[in-house]
Amino acid sequence: MDANDPIPASVIGGYLGAGKTTLVNHLLRHAGGRRLAVLVNEFGELPIDADLIVGAGERLIAIAGGCVCCAYGSDLIAGLEDLAGLADRPDHVLIEASGVALPGSIGAALSLVPCFRLDAILVLADAGAIAAQLADRFMGDTVHRQIASADLVLLNKADLVSARELAATGSRLASLAPAARIVPARRASLPVEIALGLHAGRAWRDAAGAGTAHVTAAFETLSFVLDGAFDVTGLAAALAGPELGILRAKGLLQDRAGRLMVLQLAGGRHETEIAAAEGARAGRLVLIGQAGHLAKAAIGAAIEAARCR
Amino acid sequence: MFTIYEARKILTMNPARPLASHVAVRDGRILGTGSIEELAGWGAHRLDRRFADKVLMPGLVEGHCHVSEGVFWRSVYCGYFDRMDPDGRIWPGLKSIAAVLARLGEAEAALDDPDMPLSGWALDPIYFGSRRVDRHDLDRVSATRPIGVMHASGHILNVNSRALELAGFLRPGISHPGIPLGEDGLPSGELKGPDAMMAVGRHAGFDREAQASDEPGLRQFARLCVRKGVTTATDLANLLPDEAVDMMLRVTGEDGFPVRIVPFRRFHGLGVVDLIRRAGELKARSSDRLRLGGVKLFADGSIQGFSARLRWPGYYGGQPNGLWYIAPEQLAEALELALAGGIMVHIHTNGDEATELVLDTMEMVLRRRTGPDHRFTLQHCQLADAAQFRRIRALGFCVNLFPNHHYYWGEQHYAMTVGPERATRMNACASALASGVPLAIHSDAPVTPLAPLFTAWCAVNRLSAAGRVMGAAERIGVAEALRAITLGAAYTLKLDGEIGSIECGKRADFAVLEDDPEEMPPEQLKDIRVWGTIQGGRVFDAAAI
Ligand SMILES: [Zn+2]
Repeated sequence: MDANDPIPASVIGGYLGAGKTTLVNHLLRHAGGRRLAVLVNEFGELPIDADLIVGAGERLIAIAGGCVCCAYGSDLIAGLEDLAGLADRPDHVLIEASGVALPGSIGAALSLVPCFRLDAILVLADAGAIAAQLADRFMGDTVHRQIASADLVLLNKADLVSARELAATGSRLASLAPAARIVPARRASLPVEIALGLHAGRAWRDAAGAGTAHVTAAFETLSFVLDGAFDVTGLAAALAGPELGILRAKGLLQDRAGRLMVLQLAGGRHETEIAAAEGARAGRLVLIGQAGHLAKAAIGAAIEAARCR
Repeated sequence: MFTIYEARKILTMNPARPLASHVAVRDGRILGTGSIEELAGWGAHRLDRRFADKVLMPGLVEGHCHVSEGVFWRSVYCGYFDRMDPDGRIWPGLKSIAAVLARLGEAEAALDDPDMPLSGWALDPIYFGSRRVDRHDLDRVSATRPIGVMHASGHILNVNSRALELAGFLRPGISHPGIPLGEDGLPSGELKGPDAMMAVGRHAGFDREAQASDEPGLRQFARLCVRKGVTTATDLANLLPDEAVDMMLRVTGEDGFPVRIVPFRRFHGLGVVDLIRRAGELKARSSDRLRLGGVKLFADGSIQGFSARLRWPGYYGGQPNGLWYIAPEQLAEALELALAGGIMVHIHTNGDEATELVLDTMEMVLRRRTGPDHRFTLQHCQLADAAQFRRIRALGFCVNLFPNHHYYWGEQHYAMTVGPERATRMNACASALASGVPLAIHSDAPVTPLAPLFTAWCAVNRLSAAGRVMGAAERIGVAEALRAITLGAAYTLKLDGEIGSIECGKRADFAVLEDDPEEMPPEQLKDIRVWGTIQGGRVFDAAAI
């Protein structure tokens, strides 16, 4: 990653007890060499598992593998600027929102710091509790707004409810956040590629190579080698269609004008931009989805439809 | 040897002896009130007649203000209303944008360092019609020096182009709900909400956390207290890092420091368990003039910022409901731990839904454990209705209401935020008293000026700045209002055994007045002249402070 590239950042939101801290710790454990920086509102009761901590200060916790956790207090923007100024620039920033915060507002604040770019808003929901939280007379509308802002809803503690309940809750959440992907999980164990995207650097190499070690049996990866030119923007929009079941995608493709383009997709959010020309080879596309949920034929058709002839 | 002060009149607030001509003081405490003959019985004394033509009442207690009022006076006052600074100078209110720019221009011309930020405060453009202040206005004051002007509400900051540039915001493509854009696609210079305000404010002389331990600010604040008859004031709230506590202990402990400060630890930057433990640690460090150990929680935002949580039917203009700043689970844990640890809790609730959440949560907590005489206090509690006041009473809460709002923003509440009916019920002091709820009233300085007698006037008259009575039925009497700014506020701080009335055994804290609040027509209560204070038996002349 170029030192001038914006640092990708994900917002991790969701109501109290949904598993945000568990997810953060899971991602730190499976960072796969990525330097993650976790930004929390405050150091409440143990934001980071003790065995991961290698050093702790008042506002910064050093974590095994070159990761850090910082408390930003009341000034998120200053916290982000501090992170950007770290000698060891993080590969990815995770902003853990407080239980009543609106992740969309944090995403908006992120847009104010040019050296970051919002990658995705992940919102966790406790599969057994979310229905009651949505109906809560005080907190219901806040929980609604949290879910509605998500690119990806992690329906956590899915193992603690019946399959029927899980399906009903999943479709309820899908109706609240039509553009988001709903992913059931237990113990917030979401593959790091899905949580962080398939961004440049190590993440890209790992995902593009044969090794997709972090993707567990519950998820599957599709890799394509695609020569020739594509309508990259059109392809990104097509892949974002919820019926295709894609949770994350990254492509490095040549466009109609012969430019090397990066395609990113997270939930319903997608973007394309001109790639930094650093000798990367065009013609690759990697997709991740829940096992059995990727509509392979439709994906193939979308790719062919975007091919320039 | 002790001192007997003679006064034209002493309003004691002690029902056994409501009026007296003399008060005896020894070792900073009150021996008693009465006639000279009665008090002479205590032994050898010195009669001090310098207040023979003045009226003494209990030292005023401001139960919700912020020491940062003293810090803000280092910035240029840009308010619409006349306001007294710590030197006693009255800054005339500015009635147009041109007048605001002219005053900023004068301050700018006096600055030597060309890079030094220029900051202003208390701007209230609501009074200038629909015209918004933008960066081009402030650029006319200076295009090269960063300028920031905080609005009176504290929810909007206006900055010039230079400040935007320093923050990296003077560029196209900014897309943020708190940063409106001008026709040129660049930010207009108005910044709304904490993220946008703080991101730029740091470059224009505003740093909220630094205000917590600002020694010159604390000293200025104390001078203002003397001018307003205040002998005990809260700092609600402060993060209270150790260095701030050390500084406050040192400064308030000086012989000439005239006020008792009651800082509350803001719930921020640590978990609930640590918050309550920290409060206990702080409590143990208290001195006579620095009373530590309380905590402040925030349930919601503000009504004029549309971030307060309202019950049905919500905001008058259909705006979405406001924001929660605490989850019910955290609130329950904090209340329960505080009850167990004997820690005092004051909770910011502006909207009636926020009040409802606190009441429901407290009711649940009190079913699990007892909380004898907890006196937890709902701060602002502006929209509570009669039924909520009955629950407030039943659950043992106090309220500290905010009648100054009627004067400064009553018309805006009527026309824009909550609509006519609720605007005339807001800060329902009479309903609170009718339900038997312990009542204090406050300024929230620097949001509105520190001046308890003005706040009392607001509660008695409920007039908007435009002269409309905002809910005649909720007006209270002068005696009730005077009690609210003395014993009432002291009760919410659990200090009513020490201060708040003039009677045997209490601290010798008096407001020294030129005029008699009982004789003054109620509509002139705010015009009572303050000579100064006596605090802990020490005399502070406002003219010499
Ligand atoms: Zn306040």
